[in-house]
Parts: sequence; structure tokens; C-alpha cells
Amino acid sequence: MASIDIDATGTNQLLIGNEAIARGALEAGIGFAAAYPGTPSSEIVGSLAPIAKKMGIYAEWSVNEKVAMEAAAGASFAGIRAIACMKQNGINVVSDFLANLVMTGIGRGGLVLVSCDDPSAISSTNEQDTRPIAKWLDIPLVEPGDFQEAKDMTKWLFDLAEKTGTICMLRSVTRIAHARGNVKLGELPKKEQKAYFDQIHDLRNVMPTTFIPIPSPLRHAFLHLKLDKALEEFESSPFNRYVGPDKADLLIITSGSCWLYSQDAVKALKLEDKVGILKLGTLWPLPERLVEKHLNKSQKILFIEHIDPFIERSVMEMAANLPAASARPAFYGKRSGHVNAYGELNPDLVIKAIASIMELTYQPRDIEYGKKAEDSANSYVPERSLTFCAGCPHRATFWAIKNALKLDGRSGFVTGDIGCYSMALGPAGFFQLRTLHCMGAGTGVASGLGRLGQFGFKQPVLAVVGDSTFYHATIPALINGIYNQSDFILVILDNGATAMTGFQPHPGTGTTAMGESAKVVSMEDLCRSLGARVEVCDPFDLTGTTATLLEMMAEGGGAKVAVMRRECELVRGRKEKTPYKVHVDADECIGEACGCDRLCTRIFLCPGLIWDKTTGKSKIDEVICTGCGVCADICPQGAIIKEAA
Amino acid sequence: MTTKEPVKDPLNLIITGVGGQGNVMISLIIGNALVKEGYLVTIGETYGASQRNGSVMSHVRISKETQYSPFIPDGRADIILGMEPVETLRMLGQFGNTDVITIVNPRPIYSIDVTAGGAEYPDMGKLMETVKELSAKTWTINATEEAQKMGSPIFANTILVGALIGSGVLPLDKKSVEPVLREVFPKEVEANMTAFNKGMKLISQ
Repeated sequence: MASIDIDATGTNQLLIGNEAIARGALEAGIGFAAAYPGTPSSEIVGSLAPIAKKMGIYAEWSVNEKVAMEAAAGASFAGIRAIACMKQNGINVVSDFLANLVMTGIGRGGLVLVSCDDPSAISSTNEQDTRPIAKWLDIPLVEPGDFQEAKDMTKWLFDLAEKTGTICMLRSVTRIAHARGNVKLGELPKKEQKAYFDQIHDLRNVMPTTFIPIPSPLRHAFLHLKLDKALEEFESSPFNRYVGPDKADLLIITSGSCWLYSQDAVKALKLEDKVGILKLGTLWPLPERLVEKHLNKSQKILFIEHIDPFIERSVMEMAANLPAASARPAFYGKRSGHVNAYGELNPDLVIKAIASIMELTYQPRDIEYGKKAEDSANSYVPERSLTFCAGCPHRATFWAIKNALKLDGRSGFVTGDIGCYSMALGPAGFFQLRTLHCMGAGTGVASGLGRLGQFGFKQPVLAVVGDSTFYHATIPALINGIYNQSDFILVILDNGATAMTGFQPHPGTGTTAMGESAKVVSMEDLCRSLGARVEVCDPFDLTGTTATLLEMMAEGGGAKVAVMRRECELVRGRKEKTPYKVHVDADECIGEACGCDRLCTRIFLCPGLIWDKTTGKSKIDEVICTGCGVCADICPQGAIIKEAA
Repeated sequence: MTTKEPVKDPLNLIITGVGGQGNVMISLIIGNALVKEGYLVTIGETYGASQRNGSVMSHVRISKETQYSPFIPDGRADIILGMEPVETLRMLGQFGNTDVITIVNPRPIYSIDVTAGGAEYPDMGKLMETVKELSAKTWTINATEEAQKMGSPIFANTILVGALIGSGVLPLDKKSVEPVLREVFPKEVEANMTAFNKGMKLISQ
């Protein structure tokens, strides 16, 4: 099995892109790694943290991405190579610091920022291309086209950062970050690292070495010189390469995993002799001389890249400056509508674009078979909506919220953000969620809603956040609500882990990324110190939780906090045995004849409960049920029986 | 039995099932064994929904020549290992072709849509018949049932790895997979070896 710390130079390992990036950072001799977990970026620091002690480095799960970046910059200022990693949303969180950091420059230690974008927003609230921030803030930007490059580029980027004196950015996407491929390992450095904030390290300076972005216009001009230096490196970088004929009917310009799709597509269409591919690894500043040289290869240029037309626009901008006499190729891509500027691309979409430009037909399989296979799948395969895991505390929490809001009767509602609990927008959480934006947004939105009393607003507002999200982005919004006397309840879903991204610890868990114990930052003590009334509930106690929420809503008068405390079932299930053996008493369950409208299998919808069509009764699927026993408390007939296992 | 040379390059394998069944684990075992044998392997996974009862699939692309993309193009699967029957049919609909081979665990996992009554789970007889009609060859392996006999449904995935290797459709044999199994399940080596052997036996019957 692959492990990123093995000292086996030259061996081939099967690594996910994130592990490859982590290995590249190790080979570069980093000393410091910081991140806030976020799919698809989590496994970079996730794979560095467990081996950090052994490798003599430091790794942490920071409280949020901005702090991760700042902490990594601190290490760079003291001469230690550092990396900060995040998903696309993290780039938004970190942007204010970045905008200052590019002005001050980095320290003696190379500093690298990794952004993993999630095309199609498979595990995100939003789809967003982070490459434009490189252009916006003058940051050298690269994008790996496969797993080997993910490692090699990361390593090289630290050298570039030190050579230019500015932070460098690597953009990855889900199908590099989370896909697996061959990586040939390089050497691991064996040198002692010494951290020192050297205040007079540049003897030419009469002033002490500082990291201050003033005078800004001067610093900005200096930053442009750093970019020029990066560009020189980019023009001759081996991460940019061309495959195909000298003169091509079509030239594809691509980057990232789209390089792999483009190769697949050209092969599938058997066009290796007619279509060339220019694969760019260094994206900003655009290596214009290199691109110009390849533009002559074809009269038709197709851009294949994920999300925004970033390379496409840069090349077109550049083409506007070509000598008047040069031939103007036709550009195809997102602007022409041959490729979507949204959603994830794949080999089939690239095949479609090429086939349309070159007026070809493509038949991947026997037509008759294809029709039959599609028809069969369409007519027999049922939907499989996402839901909370069997035994998930969130299902119980939203059941209590739903009932409390109903009993309260004032059309109260729930605001929220991103986490497993986002699934409360659908049947998993009984359609309770009404707003969903970035981390902590539900609480800020609630603090505004809770101030609308003067306009006749009487609806109770419950803001839900996860425990990790509480520390990440919720505290300022809660302070805002408390100080400005806004009327809402913050419901913290405390399942003891950053569950959606892989159970990483956070300041409420008492463990650090490297497995050391730490003093818990108690969420209830913190909230009480701010002046909020705080109640702690066990969501599996449906009656008690419902009553507490109902009473808190009735009390009104300022922001309050309800902590729903129950460990994530996936974490608990790894440590302990099933608490209950659950079964449906077939004599007691009266199926459709019951007035409950099949509460358990039509509304509660735990995947461990199924409907037996032949008997017309509910049933436990023993392969799925985790024995939490909550469903025994919702059956009005008392037909679901839980017995201590 | 097993051949060391792949019949095709690239060889495209899909492993499909429902989040929580151990899809990623299977692709990891197969992928690592193949890399040790000198292959270029690319694996694309459905993440995110993988813990939460959604449809999941892993695309495994095996080549001696090129690092392929993590997506098998539509209609180009060579082998589909289905841990759940309707998920197998879902994959055939998009990736199947006249030459595709399927290995199917026929134990259904109902979605909440089926449980609530908004969607219909097909009749098992009709479902398996359709899978067979759309495959050049189909093996049915009662992996969950056999795993439950062993004490836990979780062994179903190792049984299916055994079946996949035993089928001879991959350029791998027991000798190349066994060390990887030992690394993946250090605490449960014996039980997983039993499950693996069970799968190999079931497919040869």
C-alpha cells in the first residue's frame, strides 16, 4: 500500500493527487503545513499530519483557511518552507490576507498555496474557478495535468517561490485531487531546519527586514517584476508540452485533468495524426512566446479547461497583439459554445466538441445495444437520493426541529450552511432548510432576520451549524446577534468531528491534527461568556430536545444557543458495538391501516428501515441498521422494538 | 485461469454499489496490486456521497502504455463489478456494450425513494435477467449472504475481490493480491483471506 513517507526513490506508487501533492511538499523539504479541511483538498494535510512527527515537520488543522494561510506565512517569514491547502471556498476566505501578502512578499522559506476546485460542485455549495485570483492578485499559477505532475510541480513550486520572493499557487481539481494514479517517488531531503525571524538578513537594507505592504504602489510595481521573473521560468518549463503533428487540423489547448480527457478523446476518435494537444502546466502569467509558437500549428484552436474560460481569454487577449500580418486562427471553446463554462468536463464532452468542430460522427457502442441498455436503465433503475447515514444524530435533530416548529405554530424556519446537515434541504432532513450559503452564513442571515421585529416579523429563526463550522466562521455572527439583540436560536450540531470531510479534529475535540491532546475550547463556555443562554441536548432524546427548542422559541428576547451533542455514527461505529438490536414486531405493525401514514418509512426515512411490499409492513434491513434505536420512539403503535444488544 | 497479459489496453473496470459498501476499498486493493505488477493505473471515484447511501462507482483504467483519464468514456466498460444489482444496471445503461462482463452481488439495498414509495425497486427476476441480457457474460455471487454467514456483511467486498480475481478477467492472480490484502486489513487478515478464498471458490463453481 502506498504511503507518502516511504524512502523508496524511484519506486512507483498508486497515489491520489492530494497524496502526490503532499509527497511533493515533503520532497521539497517543507517544515510547516496548515489547512482547514474541505473536499476535495482534505487529504493533503490529512496525509501529512499522521507522519508529521516522524518526518520532523509540523502539520495542523487550522480553525479556518485564512488562519491556515497566515500561519503558513509566519513559517515562511522565519525561513521555513510552508504550504497552505484549501478547497475553492477557502480562497474566498483567505483573499484579504493574500491581497496583502503579495505586496509584502514572502520570507526566506518558500510559500505555496494549493487550491482544489470542485467542478460541478459535487461536494460544495457553489461551483467556482479559483484561477482568476492569480490574475487578480498577481500570483504565479500552475496546474498539474496528472498525478506525477501533482508531486513534481509542488516540489518545483517551492523553488520558484524562493526565486521570485512571492507566494505561488497550485490549482487542482477533483479528478486530480481525488483520483488515483502512478507516481514515481523522488528523494526525501534529510536536513535539519532552523526557524529564525531574521530582521537584518538583507545587508543592503538599511532598514530592518519587515513584511509591510507600504508604500503600496511601489510594492505593486515590484510585484510585477516578480511576475516577470516567474514568466521567464514558465516559458521554458517542462510542464508545458505538445503532442501531435507539426501541422494539425485542430489544436487543443488544455490544462489539468482536461489534458487526460483530451488525450482520451483524441484516441477514441483515432485522430492522433490530425489533432495536436498543447498542454499547459504554467497558466499565469501566460507563457505567451510558447503559446504563440504553437498557434501557428493550426487554423482551428479549441480550449478545454475546467469551469471558466481562463486560458481561452488569456490566449485571445494575447492573440489581439499578434502582428497584423499573422494568420488569425478560429477559436473554439466556452465562448463559441462548444464547451460549457459550467459543470465538470469528461472525455465524452471533449469527444463531442472535437466531433462537432471536425464534423465527425462518433459511435461508442452498438446502436441497438445502446438503445436497449439506456431504455432498461431508465425503466428499471430507481432514484437513490442522498440521505443521512443510518444512526446519524442529524436525522434525530431535524425531526425534533420539525416537530418543535410545527408545535410553535408561528411559521418558524431554519437557516444554514455547508456540512452533512445541508442535506436537510431534502427528504433526509424533512425539507427543513430554507437558506444555504457559505460556512457560518446561516447564523449571519439569522442575526439579520432576528432584527426585523419592528417590521412585524414574528417567525422564529433557527440557524444550524456544524461543530467545526462553529469555530470556523460562526463566532463573529453570533457576537453580532448577541450584541445587537437579535432574536434567533443558534443550533450547533455537535457530532464531535468535521464529519463531511473525513472526521478531522477541531478545537472542540481535544485532539490536534498530529494526534496530540489539547485543551478543549468548550463551545458552551464560549457562548455563555458572550452572554447567551445555552442549552445542551441529546438529539436521540426526541421528546426532551423538542421541548427545549419549543421553550427557547417561546422565550424569545435575544440570541440563544442550543447544542445538539451526539457523536457521528460513523465515528462511534468504529469504536463501539451496536447499542440496540432493533426489529419490527409484525403483529403490532398495522402498515397502511395505521393512522401514522407510514411515519417510519415514508417520513422518517432512515435507510435502515424498509417497507416490505409483500407483507405490507415495515421491516429493519439488518445490513444497514446501526441500532441507534431512535425509530422505536417515533412509532405511534410501539411496533418498533429496541432491545439492548 | 488467470492470464498475466491483459486482453485489451486499456482495460476498463467499473466497481459500483451504494455508499458504505466498500467500493473505494476494492479499487484500492486492485489498483495497488496492478501497480506492483508494473501497470499504469488510473482510478476515478465518486466521493462525497460515498458514506451516505448514494450510488457510487469507481472507474479503474489499466494500461501498459498510458496514464488514462479517471473517466471511462460512455459505452466503453469491459468489466462491471456490481456490489448491488440495480446499480449494476445503472452502469450498464451508460457504460455497457456487447462485450461487457458483469459480476453481480444480487443483494438489493433499497433507496429512501423506494422505501417511501416514490420509486419502484424492480422485480429481482426481471432485473437479473436484464443484466444478463446486457452482458456478454454474467456471474452472480451471493456475497452479502456469504458474508453474513461469516458474521458480518462487511466481508462482502473482499468476497467480491476474490470473485473478480477468480474470474480471470484481470491480469492478476491470488499471489499478487494477497500481500495487498494483508496490508489493507492488518487486523483482520485471516477473516479477509477466508472471504477472498470464498469469492474465488464461488466464481469457479
